[in-house]
Amino acid sequence: MYRYDEFDLDFVRQRTAQFRDQAERRIKGELTEDEFRPLRLMNGLYLQLHAYMLRVAIPYGTLSSRQMRRLAYIADKWDRGYGHFTTRQNIQYNWIKLEDTADILEALAEVEMHGIQTSGNCIRNVTTDHWAGAAADEIADPRPIGELLRQWSSLHPEFSFLPRKFKIAVTGAPNDRAAVKVHDIGLRLHKNDKGEAGWEVLVGGGQGRTPMIAVTVREFLPERELIPYLEAIMRVYNLYGRRDNKYKARIKILVHEIGAEKFRSEVEAEYARHPAQSTEVDERELARIAKYFAAPKFEKLSRFAPHFEDARLKDKEFARWAKNNLGLHAVDGYAIVNISLKPEGGIPGDATGEQMRVMADLAERYSHDELRVSHAQNIVLPHVKLEDIPSIYEELKKHNLAAANYGLLGDIIACPGLDYCALATARAIPIAQALSRKFADLDTQEKYGPIKLNISGCINACGHHHVGHIGILGLDKKGEEYYQITLGGSSSEKASIGTILGPGFAGNEVPDAIETILNTYVKLRQPGEEFLAAYRRVGPQPFKDALYAAA
Amino acid sequence: MSNIEKGQVMTANRLRDGDVVFLTRSGEWALAIDNAVLAQEPQAVAALEARAKADEKANLVTGSYLFDAERVNGKIKASHIRERIRAQGPTVRMDLGKQAEGTAGAFAAVEA
Repeated sequence: MYRYDEFDLDFVRQRTAQFRDQAERRIKGELTEDEFRPLRLMNGLYLQLHAYMLRVAIPYGTLSSRQMRRLAYIADKWDRGYGHFTTRQNIQYNWIKLEDTADILEALAEVEMHGIQTSGNCIRNVTTDHWAGAAADEIADPRPIGELLRQWSSLHPEFSFLPRKFKIAVTGAPNDRAAVKVHDIGLRLHKNDKGEAGWEVLVGGGQGRTPMIAVTVREFLPERELIPYLEAIMRVYNLYGRRDNKYKARIKILVHEIGAEKFRSEVEAEYARHPAQSTEVDERELARIAKYFAAPKFEKLSRFAPHFEDARLKDKEFARWAKNNLGLHAVDGYAIVNISLKPEGGIPGDATGEQMRVMADLAERYSHDELRVSHAQNIVLPHVKLEDIPSIYEELKKHNLAAANYGLLGDIIACPGLDYCALATARAIPIAQALSRKFADLDTQEKYGPIKLNISGCINACGHHHVGHIGILGLDKKGEEYYQITLGGSSSEKASIGTILGPGFAGNEVPDAIETILNTYVKLRQPGEEFLAAYRRVGPQPFKDALYAAA
Repeated sequence: MSNIEKGQVMTANRLRDGDVVFLTRSGEWALAIDNAVLAQEPQAVAALEARAKADEKANLVTGSYLFDAERVNGKIKASHIRERIRAQGPTVRMDLGKQAEGTAGAFAAVEA
C-alpha cells in the first residue's frame, strides 16, 4: 500500500507543528474562535455536543495493521476507549480535548495519518471500493487513482476555497461498491469495444437536503487526461458555483440548474482552453504510485480448501457467517473477509481499542497486513486464504466481531445522530439498535434477503438514508423526534433516490413500521426476487397501503 | 404539587476540553445543569449574555447560547431533547459523559 515519500512526511509534520502553535495561541487567547475555527476544521477538529470531535482521514479506506493499532492507541489514551468508523471510510473520536489534539496529530503523523481534508470547502478525502485490489469483478485497482487524486488535491491552492465541500469517489469494478453516482465527482473504470480501459466521469451526484444522481460528463476518458479534465470541472464549478447560499452551493445544484448539456459544454470548453496540458498524468509517476498498490504475492492455491470445507460442515454458525460475510476474491483459494461492526443491539461502526487491535493482529497474520474501512461502517480483511478463515472466525467470535449479518437487514448504516452530533435533529443510533434487536434472528434476516437499511439523524444524510433500500430520516417536529421512511434508494451502479412513503413515525413506532414493510414485500415478491427489485417492480403503493391502512 | 418556573439557561463548551458547561448564579461555569441559573426576567437574560460574551473573550468558553428550560422542584429540565442529551451524555452509552461522571442533571434525556 502507499507509503509516504519525504515530501508527504515533511508536509504532514509541518501541519502538525502549525496546529500545535495555533492551538496554543487559541488557548492563550491570541486567536479568537472565529479565527481558530477554520484552522481546526482544516485538521479535522470539530466541536460537537459533548466535546471536540476529531475526524481522521483514512484515504480510500486502506489501513495497515500498524495504523489500525495507532488508532486503537489514540482511542485508549486520549478518548474513551473506542472510535466510530464513518460512512466516508474515516474514523471519528468523540471525546477529544483541544489541549491534547496536537499530541494526537503527532501520533498520527508518525504512522502517516492526519485529519487533513476531512472538513472544509475543499476536495475531501477520496473514497473508493473497500474491496479494491481484491474483488473478483474488478477491472483494475482504483486506489492508485485515489492516491493520485490525493496528491493532486491536498492543499491545492486553487481548490481550497470552493463554494462548498467536494467529494470524489472512484470504482474500478462494474459492481459499484463506492457509490460513485452520489458523489460530486464519480469515476468509474470500464472497457470500450477495443478492450481498452478508460474512465467514465460522472458529476453532480450527492445526498444531503437535495439528493441527486450524477450525470455522465465524459463516457470514456483516457487515464492520463484525468487530472486536467478534473481541473476543468473544478474551474467551471469554482467560477459558476453559487456562494450566496450554502444550501445551493454544491456542484449538483449547478449541474442541475444549468442542465447537463450546458454543464458538459462549459467543461469541454474549459478543457480545450487548458494551457499546455501540463497536468496530464505522467506515465512514470502513475507507475510509481501503482507499485505501492501492487497485489501481494499470492500463493497458487486450489479453489477447494479442505480445512475450510470441514469447518463449514461441522459448525453451522461458521457456515452461515462464511456464506454471508465472505466476498469473492480475484485469486483462487482466497477470500475477502467482511467483519461486521453491527453486533445485535450494537452501535453501527463503533469499535473498541481492543477490537481494533484484534483486527490489526488478524490483518498482520492473515491478510498481508491490510485492512479496509467500508462506507457501510464495516472492516474488511481483503486478502485471506480460505484455509485460515476458520481460525480468523474463532478469534472474531471471542471479541464480539463475528456478526453474520453482512449485507442483511442487521447490517445497518447509522450516523452518530443526536447522541453525539451538533447538527442532528433526532437520534439515529437507538433506532438502529431497536431494529437490530427486533430482527436479530438470522433466519428472519436471511428470509428477507439482501437489504440496505440506512438511518440519518438529519437531512445532511451522513447515514445515507436517501440511498438505502429502506431509508430512515430522523427529524424534529416541535421538539419531538420523528422519523420519515423512504423506499427504493440505491447507491449501486443502478443508483436511485428513495421515495418518501408518507407521514413520519415516532421512534418507538419505527420497528413495527419496518416489519410491516418487510412483510408486505414477502407477500408480493416473486420467487427469488430481492427487496429492491420487488420495490422497483411494484412501486411504493402497496407499502403505503399496508403502512397507512389503519389511518 | 410540583413547582414549575420557566426561563432560560446559558450554556457553552469549555475551551480547553470542550466539556458542556452551564452558567451559575455566581457567574461560574458548572458541569451540572442543576447548578445553572434560570433567567426569567429580560435583565437576568441580558446579564447572562453579557457574562457569557465576557468569558468567551477571556477564552474560558466557546459557542455560548441560551436555551429554554424550566425549573421543576428545584431541578432544571431543558425543553429540548438536544439540551437534555448535552446535560446527561449519549443516551446509547450510559457509561459515558456526565451521567457516568456524577455531573448529570436530575432529568433524564428521554423518559423511560
